[in-house]
Amino acid sequence: MRHILSVLLENESGALARVVGLFAQRGYNIDSLTVAATEDPTISRLTLVTRGDDQVIEQITKQLHKLIEVVKLADLSESAHIERELMMVKVKTTAEQREEVKRCADIFRGQIIDITASTYTIQVVGTSDKLEAFIQALNGTQILETVRSGVSGISRGERTLSL
Amino acid sequence: MTSQNTQPELLSGGAMLIRALADEGVEYVYGYPGGAVLHIYDAMFQQHQVKHVLVRHEQAATHMADAYARASGKAGVVLVTSGPGATNAVTGIATAYMDSIPMVVICGQVMSHLIGDDAFQETDMLGISRPIVKHNMSVRRPEDIPYLVKKAFYIAQSGRPGPVVIDIPKDMTIPSQKFPYEYPKDIKLRSYNPNAKGHPGQIKKALTTLLAAKKPVLYAGGGVILGQASEELTLLARKLNLPVTNTLMGLGAYPASDPQFIGMLGMHGSYEANQVMHNADVIFAVGARFDDRVTNATKKFCPNATIIHIDIDPASISKTINAHIPIVGLVKPVLQEMLQQLEKNQGQLDQQALGQWWQQIQQWREVHGGRYNSSESHLKPQAVIEAVHRHTKGDAYVTSDVGQHQMFAAQYYKFDKPNRWINSGGLGTMGFGLPAAMGVKLHYPDAEVVCVTGEGSIQMNIQELSTCKQYGLNVKIINLNNGYLGMVKQWQDMNYDSRYSSSYMDSLPDFVKLAEAYGHVGIRVTKAEELEPALERAFALKDKLVFLDIHVDPTEHVYPMQIPGGAMNEMFLSKTERT
Repeated sequence: MRHILSVLLENESGALARVVGLFAQRGYNIDSLTVAATEDPTISRLTLVTRGDDQVIEQITKQLHKLIEVVKLADLSESAHIERELMMVKVKTTAEQREEVKRCADIFRGQIIDITASTYTIQVVGTSDKLEAFIQALNGTQILETVRSGVSGISRGERTLSL
Repeated sequence: MTSQNTQPELLSGGAMLIRALADEGVEYVYGYPGGAVLHIYDAMFQQHQVKHVLVRHEQAATHMADAYARASGKAGVVLVTSGPGATNAVTGIATAYMDSIPMVVICGQVMSHLIGDDAFQETDMLGISRPIVKHNMSVRRPEDIPYLVKKAFYIAQSGRPGPVVIDIPKDMTIPSQKFPYEYPKDIKLRSYNPNAKGHPGQIKKALTTLLAAKKPVLYAGGGVILGQASEELTLLARKLNLPVTNTLMGLGAYPASDPQFIGMLGMHGSYEANQVMHNADVIFAVGARFDDRVTNATKKFCPNATIIHIDIDPASISKTINAHIPIVGLVKPVLQEMLQQLEKNQGQLDQQALGQWWQQIQQWREVHGGRYNSSESHLKPQAVIEAVHRHTKGDAYVTSDVGQHQMFAAQYYKFDKPNRWINSGGLGTMGFGLPAAMGVKLHYPDAEVVCVTGEGSIQMNIQELSTCKQYGLNVKIINLNNGYLGMVKQWQDMNYDSRYSSSYMDSLPDFVKLAEAYGHVGIRVTKAEELEPALERAFALKDKLVFLDIHVDPTEHVYPMQIPGGAMNEMFLSKTERT
């Protein structure tokens, strides 16, 4: 099953390498990983999407907890949460395709953030499923480049992951 | 320092490092100098509190520090230079990591501005060591050194212990650059706070389950020794009349000569220990981690057992075997709490059921009972260990390397005290035994320290015979020489139709002459009747290192041996018998 783990990490050099190394050493999957400092510059927040049965996920969270630099950890997918991912897609657009691609971007609430005579660069934000659906919807259009941020997540309601 | 002046003393980074070690109570540092650590070695030279032991290879330094930690419970300290100095220490760091041994390894590093340039003797030691340390850190500012040393010892010695590496670029230790020195009294980390006490509700539940057992077993591991909880464990086991099995790492946690002891369990465990585990209705696991060398096939593991598991590391609980009643905490306070609760409610097990269980155990004891065939032509390795046990009155520190000799030592040297059996259980590091014996002997010069080894393993760190001479480390080496890499050969006998692919060592050195060349005493034993006088002489030579090269039966196998893929109680009992 897919899980979204949120980790508060000491913002120190080598801390991220330790997290990534742990997944590699112990044969756990990483579907996506995002990391950046929080409003407190001594703390980074990392969102990691992984897959595994309950036993594997339990081991992953325990092993993450063991890392000295991990301050706090939550499995967002255990309760109501919001997840977002940002994608930028550069597509080749012929004159006759441009209107159709624009309409498709609008349907997905995407924005065209750069244009040339022959390309559009479209930004779409949403769940990973939505981004995949958008790529499907571009069927027939030549995709030149795709870049995705990986998933970020936060819990719904008053629940927080903070110090 | 003047008594009135409260200004902290000014010290260089190198001097701060050594002073911090002294303030931490470190007596010995094991290491090897080189370019990146010369400032530190110069600072070491200028003081007398912290002494340095110069090994012949950095791997030996790590094993010495490791064995000191295993015998004393305190972190051992290693100092090596950058590049090859650090990489030579890697095997020793991994050895300590696998067995949860507290150790602080200080590695030199090239100057900060050269890092990343592929400078001379540069390696990314933080990267290399990351998967085999509890933590590692690099020094960015010399003034951080006292704090980082404190932090390293705190992390290494608390919770589930383990090795910590401190990487120090050379420019952090420049003698002319001085900083105010103050050693922190204590340390608190917001991200690391191991839970010591254990949940009282879980402890109560565990006790209730244990008291309801009809076929209980206490399965005690290295955590009992690391957690210095042997006394509490013994008390609890005796109060409830529980059969006790120790893991390879836990030998000595419960006295082997006690009638409630049923032997080591696992791959080469006793027949009765493996039967008791398999048939138990409650397994009380204390500081043990259900290692694959214990469980055999996990799917067939102990089908009827409710499992209570105490461990300081939550990740060790339900990792391979699901625990029904987990207790996260240090073994000692948890067992103390259990003993208190037991005192209060005066609980006992069903005595009739327990009596039947013990009858059954007695029958199992008679099935194999640690028997081995005698031989007309050859000395038996098991008999050698039994003789060593007699000559040392069962009270020696015994270190071992890895292979058949290690298993014979584990099976036939009956350890009655914790911290006496020192071996590389998790990593299985050949070359561990001699430096480990040296580390123990240095700190316990009056104790008898025996290294049980084989002609394969001993050659992996044989150069340390020179270090032994320099520091007067008069250990006794029991080289069970069978001319083969015995455990490899055993597997080749059992699984590869005796095709001895690279398990025979031709051109072995004359170990007696070799010992003599290093300035020690060598004694060769080739016949059974030579053994007793040789041991007599060896142990009488208190001020000599004695290398006993004992030629043993090359055809011998270690039994019992669990059948791969089977349940715990499926074993080969000899070359011709199986369960």
